Amino acid sequence: MKESHQLPIWLFIGGLLAVYGVIILVTGIFNWVNPPANPMAMGELHPDVWWGALIAVIGLIYTVRFWPWKKSRPE
Amino acid sequence: MKKRFGLLSLVLSWIYAAMPLTASEPAAAKTASHLLTMSPVDLVIIVLYFLVVLGIGFYLKKYTHTGEEFFMAGRKMTAWIAGLSFISANLSSLETMGWSAMSYQYGMLGAHAYLIGAIPAILVLAVVMMPFYYICKTHSVPGYLKLRFGEASRSLAGISFSIMTVLVCGVNMFAMAKIMQLILGWNIHFSIWVSSITVAVYVALGGLLSAVFNEVLQFFLIWLGTLLIPILGIIEAGGWSKMIATINAAHPGQNFTSLWANLGSPADNPMGLHWTGQVFGLGLAISFGYWCTDFLQVQRVMAAKSLRSAQNGTVIGAVLKMMVPLIVTVPGLLGLAVLTQKSGITLVPEHVAQATGGHSYNEVLPLMMSRYLGPGLLGLGITAMIAGFMSGMAGNVSAFATVWTYDVYRPLIRKKASDAHYVSMGRWSSIIGVFIAIGTAYAAMLFSNILIYLQVLVGFFIVPLFGVVILGMLWKRTSPAAGFWAFLTGIVSSVSMWIYIHFMPGGFDPVQLNPDHVKHIAFTPLAQDMAVNMYSAFWSLMITMTVAVVVSLLTPPKPAAELKDLVFGLTRLPDEGPCPWYRNPSFWALVVLAALVAVNVIFW
Repeated sequence: MKESHQLPIWLFIGGLLAVYGVIILVTGIFNWVNPPANPMAMGELHPDVWWGALIAVIGLIYTVRFWPWKKSRPE
Repeated sequence: MKKRFGLLSLVLSWIYAAMPLTASEPAAAKTASHLLTMSPVDLVIIVLYFLVVLGIGFYLKKYTHTGEEFFMAGRKMTAWIAGLSFISANLSSLETMGWSAMSYQYGMLGAHAYLIGAIPAILVLAVVMMPFYYICKTHSVPGYLKLRFGEASRSLAGISFSIMTVLVCGVNMFAMAKIMQLILGWNIHFSIWVSSITVAVYVALGGLLSAVFNEVLQFFLIWLGTLLIPILGIIEAGGWSKMIATINAAHPGQNFTSLWANLGSPADNPMGLHWTGQVFGLGLAISFGYWCTDFLQVQRVMAAKSLRSAQNGTVIGAVLKMMVPLIVTVPGLLGLAVLTQKSGITLVPEHVAQATGGHSYNEVLPLMMSRYLGPGLLGLGITAMIAGFMSGMAGNVSAFATVWTYDVYRPLIRKKASDAHYVSMGRWSSIIGVFIAIGTAYAAMLFSNILIYLQVLVGFFIVPLFGVVILGMLWKRTSPAAGFWAFLTGIVSSVSMWIYIHFMPGGFDPVQLNPDHVKHIAFTPLAQDMAVNMYSAFWSLMITMTVAVVVSLLTPPKPAAELKDLVFGLTRLPDEGPCPWYRNPSFWALVVLAALVAVNVIFW
């Protein structure tokens, strides 16, 4: 799947998930500080905060692991 | 002709009833107050998704110049990518929404689609059938038919697959547009056109490579956008045991929470199904037809970089498939336990929902989303739905482009042209296929549950195809004439059975079942749509294989020299070097099979 010049699929996945995770995490923190007038069922568990954090971590792991422009280590 | 127009007007009247701008009163009341309003954050998440998938399409265009690159992704996928793509192409919004609806309607019986209705067939594909597909280096399943049986069988399979594919695309479009209309009040046309054109663009640009890239991405989005619903739902229900107890208490005399215990008699379960239908109809005919010969599925793993990767990718797909009930069946069960208990919402069949303005079975997953997912998470959940729609549709479009170009256009319309010409045809047929599919979207509304529509189509074409292919692979005596006539007879018998069970005293009705006719197919007048489809598929398979055997014995077979690498006993596996146990597909297939047995025993 990965050619010499072709970016790996995992990099696209990691990048998008990292951005999504950060967006959801920040939104969750905002809603925690400023509770909405009509909270969702089970909103007291703040799923957006921990789910957003989980997605961000998964995304960052994939991004770092498959980052193609790393400096090669000296032999 | 008159009957066709009558059918068309029936479809259009339903659709108009469902559309906000032209609705009848109950439907209008329902759609005017959609479930949720998106926040700007949700919109950002959705727009980002569209930009990334289109970006992938444009990025990959430069890597798809030849036919091998465009139609088979260069045959260089790893086992993991092949496996994720294999399952993601199947994990459409039709799948998630439809099987959640099944679980609400029929209880845990819906999970069989991911267990006996999938796993044995996927494992047989991996261990038994994949070597034949892979070694003969064909581009498609109809391409295998050409090599094994000749041009007539290939043409019949190619044309019927093309028809089925665009129809399934239409079902996908309907599912997605309904979700968007229900949750967000989006215009049904807007949903269909924006998503469809996006898929058409990225598949036309990057072919199978682009479809696979996006399917792997979509797999992650579907899971991350949907998994939170069962997690929060089970917490709210008080745990798994409490959820089961609540469902049983709310439905005295009916068993919604067993896989097998309620299949002893059709009267014991809401599907009106006997276990023989589940095992031989779903587990054998439908499942093997779909997973072993539907080119949409098989194409993904045929594009792996080696036979071992193709086989291991297929086994990985089996594992992932067995996990899907977590995000599909459980939300349906939670709908039974939570929606009614906490919100007082009871879901009804689609035609009742239309008449009364209530919520239909098909809306259980969106309703659960609306219950648990706030700003940001809702955007991800909706993106998961859109991703599911797109992965299913892209799968259909890329498979359609391949079969149309290689199995219809090249042999029947333009036999000798350059590779670049066929790549160009592949790109254009991707776009045209999407436009044809848009025109079929509305037919999905004729059935009480949208997934039944898919089951009907599978029964028409895929089940007879499986009967022919498996005999062709395992029995070298199967003759070319048998391949063609058995396949044709299977299709005709499938369509005939479908017409028969829908033939009412007052004439043909594609929505209602005639119990007097149903009992001749499914042994009981109690059988519902799903149960009848399972038995019809089984009879179709039996008819196909019987005709194949009889015709084979009456007509000359192909010489053994022409069957090399196509038939069991005449195919030599390539030497791919030493294979440690942890990379052996047969070993992992046995592990998955053991897990399947364990799950069935636990939830007996």
